[in-house]
Amino acid sequence: MSALLEIKNLHVSVTDTEILKGLSLSVSAGEVHAIMGPNGSGKSTLSYVLAGRDGYEITEGDILLNGVSLKDMNPEDRAIAGLFLAFQYPLEIPGVTNMTFLKTSVNAVRRGRGEEEMDAASFLRFVRDKAKALRLDDDMLKRPLNVGFSGGEKKRNEILQMSVLEPTMAILDETDSGLDIDALKTVAEGVNALRDAQRGMLVITHYQRLLDYIKPDIVHILAGGQIVKTGSPDLALELEKSGYADYVGEVVA
Amino acid sequence: MSQAKENIEKETVEQVQSLAGEKYKYGFSSDIDSEKAPKGLNEDIIRFISAKKEEPEWLLEWRLDAFERWLTMSEPEWAMVDYPQIDYQDLYYYSAPKSMDDRPETLDDVDPELLRTYEKLGIPLSEQEVLAGVKNRVAVDAVFDSVSVATTFREELASAGVIFCSFSEAVIEHPELVKKYLGTVVPKYDNYFTALNSAVFSDGSFVYIPPNTCCPMELSTYFRINEPNTGQFERTLLIADKGSYVSYLEGCTAPMRDENQLHAAVVELVALEDAEIKYSTVQNWYPGDEEGRGGIYNFVTKRGDCRENNAKISWTQVETGSAVTWKYPSCILRGDNSVGEFYSIAIGNNYQQIDSGTKMIHLGKNTSSRIISKGISAGKSSNAYRGQVSVHRKADKARNFTQCDSLLIGDTCSAHTVPYIETKNPTAILEHEATTSKISDDQLFYCQQRGLDAEEAVSLIVNGFCKDVLQHLPMEFAVEAQKLVGISLEGSVG
Repeated sequence: MSALLEIKNLHVSVTDTEILKGLSLSVSAGEVHAIMGPNGSGKSTLSYVLAGRDGYEITEGDILLNGVSLKDMNPEDRAIAGLFLAFQYPLEIPGVTNMTFLKTSVNAVRRGRGEEEMDAASFLRFVRDKAKALRLDDDMLKRPLNVGFSGGEKKRNEILQMSVLEPTMAILDETDSGLDIDALKTVAEGVNALRDAQRGMLVITHYQRLLDYIKPDIVHILAGGQIVKTGSPDLALELEKSGYADYVGEVVA
Repeated sequence: MSQAKENIEKETVEQVQSLAGEKYKYGFSSDIDSEKAPKGLNEDIIRFISAKKEEPEWLLEWRLDAFERWLTMSEPEWAMVDYPQIDYQDLYYYSAPKSMDDRPETLDDVDPELLRTYEKLGIPLSEQEVLAGVKNRVAVDAVFDSVSVATTFREELASAGVIFCSFSEAVIEHPELVKKYLGTVVPKYDNYFTALNSAVFSDGSFVYIPPNTCCPMELSTYFRINEPNTGQFERTLLIADKGSYVSYLEGCTAPMRDENQLHAAVVELVALEDAEIKYSTVQNWYPGDEEGRGGIYNFVTKRGDCRENNAKISWTQVETGSAVTWKYPSCILRGDNSVGEFYSIAIGNNYQQIDSGTKMIHLGKNTSSRIISKGISAGKSSNAYRGQVSVHRKADKARNFTQCDSLLIGDTCSAHTVPYIETKNPTAILEHEATTSKISDDQLFYCQQRGLDAEEAVSLIVNGFCKDVLQHLPMEFAVEAQKLVGISLEGSVG
């Protein structure tokens, strides 16, 4: 069976500096992969280039989602194709309620897929059910998008968006950053609730602690713009003890 | 009927599709029509206009007096706008009422850009024909009998004692009211353009709400749209008598077909004791093309007078059209405890220039005013907020809150805020807040990652930015205004 997400020998430059230097990995449906790596290893670059952000130039290699290359697609078409990125720093949009944003987003994606748009009433029911499943307060839906949200609320809101958009491939960029342990648990619960046999997840993180709550199937270590090691979840624990020094050294050598 | 509607909708889509790709084909010059007065402005032309409208002698004198004064005045130059010198002798001052021959035969003859905008706003074909001034409105009666609708409204208004008619009719039928209030809020010689308007005004709307009457519906010029082409030097006079309330909608969200380049309208509002006037405008005249060619010059003087105690006047405007906008809807807070409000959204794209704002003149005690201005600049546009808050000596405990927010899209546009704040009374409390922000690439990317294309994202962000003002628009207006915000910013992001 072919992989859901396949990254092949990916080279990416940002303003002429090569950040990713031949990164390859593949995620199959139903799998959760974790990518760990030190600062500056290219973790955020990877999430941005997957989502199609401007300014991240693919100089070599390719990204396939369900066998279709994303390379020349703009960000919205990738979203429509089923790719979702939970942002490390979710953006604020003053004056636009969370509900309006979610509805606009869901309908944009549905339209893009040639599906019928949801009317206000059925969307309301749909999103309330989703929020309830994530044990989120209805109140959060009425507030302007991420404005005045605490760090924990912002991350939970990303998970809500993910559950509403029902992506086939979700990338979680440092979802644990800025969270206290309770918020971390809540967010992890949300993510776990969205694990699904049809869905792939790529969890990008700096620390092992998130992986205590979201148990990955496979762990990759990213250093110097490449995957330097791939293994079982034990790899993350190992890393917690010994640090990244060995791997950083490996690449330089 | 629904079958007819379906056919018409299908027809609309086909028409729009067949027109797609064509360029704007109407310029602003039209051939001389024998029905029109010759070009240029002099006493004879003014006499001609007045005679055509069968006006009483006093109004002719009033016009001539304004004209004489206008000759001695000069165009204001302080606004942050730049346009070629206008040759006032090279314009027509009597083009209304337009002869039927000037109107497009069918929608096929109408500017396709206009039709595309109608389409995006979701306006039914029948209404499109009305808006575009099409001569042979074949299909209209099948779905939307605008004449009978208008008549129904008129009857309902009349039973409430409300007078809502064209200015010309009012001059004939209610001369005592016109005489009593005309020019009492905006004096003839107030400025260059008011003097010009006073001399040559073509027509406009007249509204009178009797004492203790709540106008039973939102009044809209939209219902009078079958009397078009009165726009160039329009004159509106609205009087809310003691204890009355009226909400007035000017214009409609669909752009009007219009070939006049210079617009110099005057709007006067009078609110007597305990009366409240809510005046909403959506203006989206032709803004010129992407290169800045063509477009309307909109030089408008709008002012409301809270003439007696406890009166309230509230202006809400959404300005997205015109090449040059020069407009400051203001409130004179004369009565004690009177309230003035100004809620504004001004959007400039391409080469549009906007210099707009308000004046709140506090004369009475305990008067309060509130200004919320949202300026959005995109393309190479320039957008200036110019506002005056002035508290006079006797205006004890006057209160003003002003908030001016500017949003920039791209890096070739500009935003300016020019507040004039003056107080001669130490008990006044005045607040002014101003912010300038830019739509960030991060915000756009975030929206795009959630499936929105760049234009949809801009529209969403801008609508959020304007929310505080949009919520002051009447409900059905607000929905269309939101769409319009998106449409007017099309092409503003790569």
